[in-house]
Amino acid sequence: MLEIKNLSYFSNENNPDKEILNDINLTLKKNKTYVITGPNGSGKSTLAKLIMGILQPTNGSIIFNEKDITTYSINERAKLGISYAFQTPVTFKGIKIKDILNIASGTQNDFGQICDILSKVGLCAKDYINRPLDNTLSGGELKRIEIAMTLCRKSILNIFDEPEAGIDLWSFDNLIDIFKSLKSCTNIIVSHQKKILDLSDYIIVLKNGKIEKFGKKDEVIPFLENKNCARLVRSI
Amino acid sequence: MNNIEKKLLEKIVDLHSTPSGAFSIRKNGVLQDKSSTKEIEIIPKKNKSGIDIKIKSGTQNKSVHIPVIITIGGLNDIVYNDFYIGENCNVVIVAGCGIHNDTCNSSSHNGIHRFYVGVNSHIKYIEKHVAEGKGSGEKILNPVTKVYLKENSTMEIETLQIEGVTSSVRKTQAILNNNSILKIRENVLTDKNQTCKTIFDVKLNGYKSSVDVISHSVAKNKSYQEFKSILYGNNECFGHVECDGIVLDNAQIISTPMVCAKNSNASLVHEAAIGKIAGEELVKLMSLGLNKEEAENIIIEGFLLG
Repeated sequence: MLEIKNLSYFSNENNPDKEILNDINLTLKKNKTYVITGPNGSGKSTLAKLIMGILQPTNGSIIFNEKDITTYSINERAKLGISYAFQTPVTFKGIKIKDILNIASGTQNDFGQICDILSKVGLCAKDYINRPLDNTLSGGELKRIEIAMTLCRKSILNIFDEPEAGIDLWSFDNLIDIFKSLKSCTNIIVSHQKKILDLSDYIIVLKNGKIEKFGKKDEVIPFLENKNCARLVRSI
Repeated sequence: MNNIEKKLLEKIVDLHSTPSGAFSIRKNGVLQDKSSTKEIEIIPKKNKSGIDIKIKSGTQNKSVHIPVIITIGGLNDIVYNDFYIGENCNVVIVAGCGIHNDTCNSSSHNGIHRFYVGVNSHIKYIEKHVAEGKGSGEKILNPVTKVYLKENSTMEIETLQIEGVTSSVRKTQAILNNNSILKIRENVLTDKNQTCKTIFDVKLNGYKSSVDVISHSVAKNKSYQEFKSILYGNNECFGHVECDGIVLDNAQIISTPMVCAKNSNASLVHEAAIGKIAGEELVKLMSLGLNKEEAENIIIEGFLLG
């Protein structure tokens, strides 16, 4: 359902033409969960952002359901059924949680529907529905709402960029349950966490902007363990 | 009342018919209709244009509406409205001015409002300004609000200027006594070549008095906004001023917050943040399926009305 062909991204910020990703080739299957992992600076988030269209590649192409979406804008990709949960949730002045969930789901939800959406991420709607999506919320609350937004879009491809970042232990277990329930869609999760690697079907290991290893979970986890990547595959 | 007048009233004070409580409706420089209640008396001034609004002590959970509409060109309307609010009151005052000018002549409204708020009273004042019309005549609104807060009183002011006002100078002055609280939330949108100047002058004279001013401004196209605030901390008090602005296109916003602590126990804070819409906000909304223009509108609407 997603083909990434010869994808490269060179950044010209600070360092002229710094290579972030180089010649990435991947084919992702429908209704499978993929975890992208690798050390800091290996290009994980960049790859996720290129798929969503937040960054434009220097070279290569992205084919989504047999359509070349390389030049598509972010919202065009969203309309095709791609969702993206940010590593650091974005806050707004004056936009309420119910408003953002209505925008995300593309419909005006009633209280019961908002309640269903928020309860999936462990939040009680009556405490949050009219609150602004701003910095008065804790990092953990913002992260849960970020994930709720992605869930209520009911997309066919979900991208989660380090969903566990800033989340507490209780929420983390809840998060694992959420990912386990996402069976009728394709998921790409950028993560370092062992529990998240364990729930994947496939793992993509990036190193220095290139694919070091790509395969089924059962092949890749031993590979990572053999490399003694304690900092890479750490449990919480 | 014709359709244009009805729509203006709906826009500025959300009224679809004559309000049930006390009210005064001013149209094209003349008092059109008024009604008093046993708690809230509306008395036309004898020596100049305007009304006195007298609210009896102990008036609880009541409202008064005093909208102004102008539907002609070439009118320079000046009105003096004085509010005398007794002790232990809890009242909502809804004001505002709407101009519909289809002519090539300018029309302006200068509303000078003075509020004398009694001990232990809580007043919420909502003021909305809009202007429309196809004529080239300017639509000018210059509100002046003067607030005198007695001990333990609170006044909340919410003002909104969102559409079509060619130019405005908005002045607010306040003097606060012991333990009184003033909260101001101002929202202004300018477009095209419109200009808006806002000036706040607050004297925190009372022990443990406090003021919180939050101004949200959006300037589009070639419009120009100026925000000035001066807080005087003359006693042990707390003051906070925040000016947030979004600048689009070739617009300009200038913010000049000033704080003067004249007492060592005065705590005064000012913040100003002006810039374009944060790129990450646009990206987030676009990732939810909105195009750039839709995303900008949602951000601006939330910023001004949220």
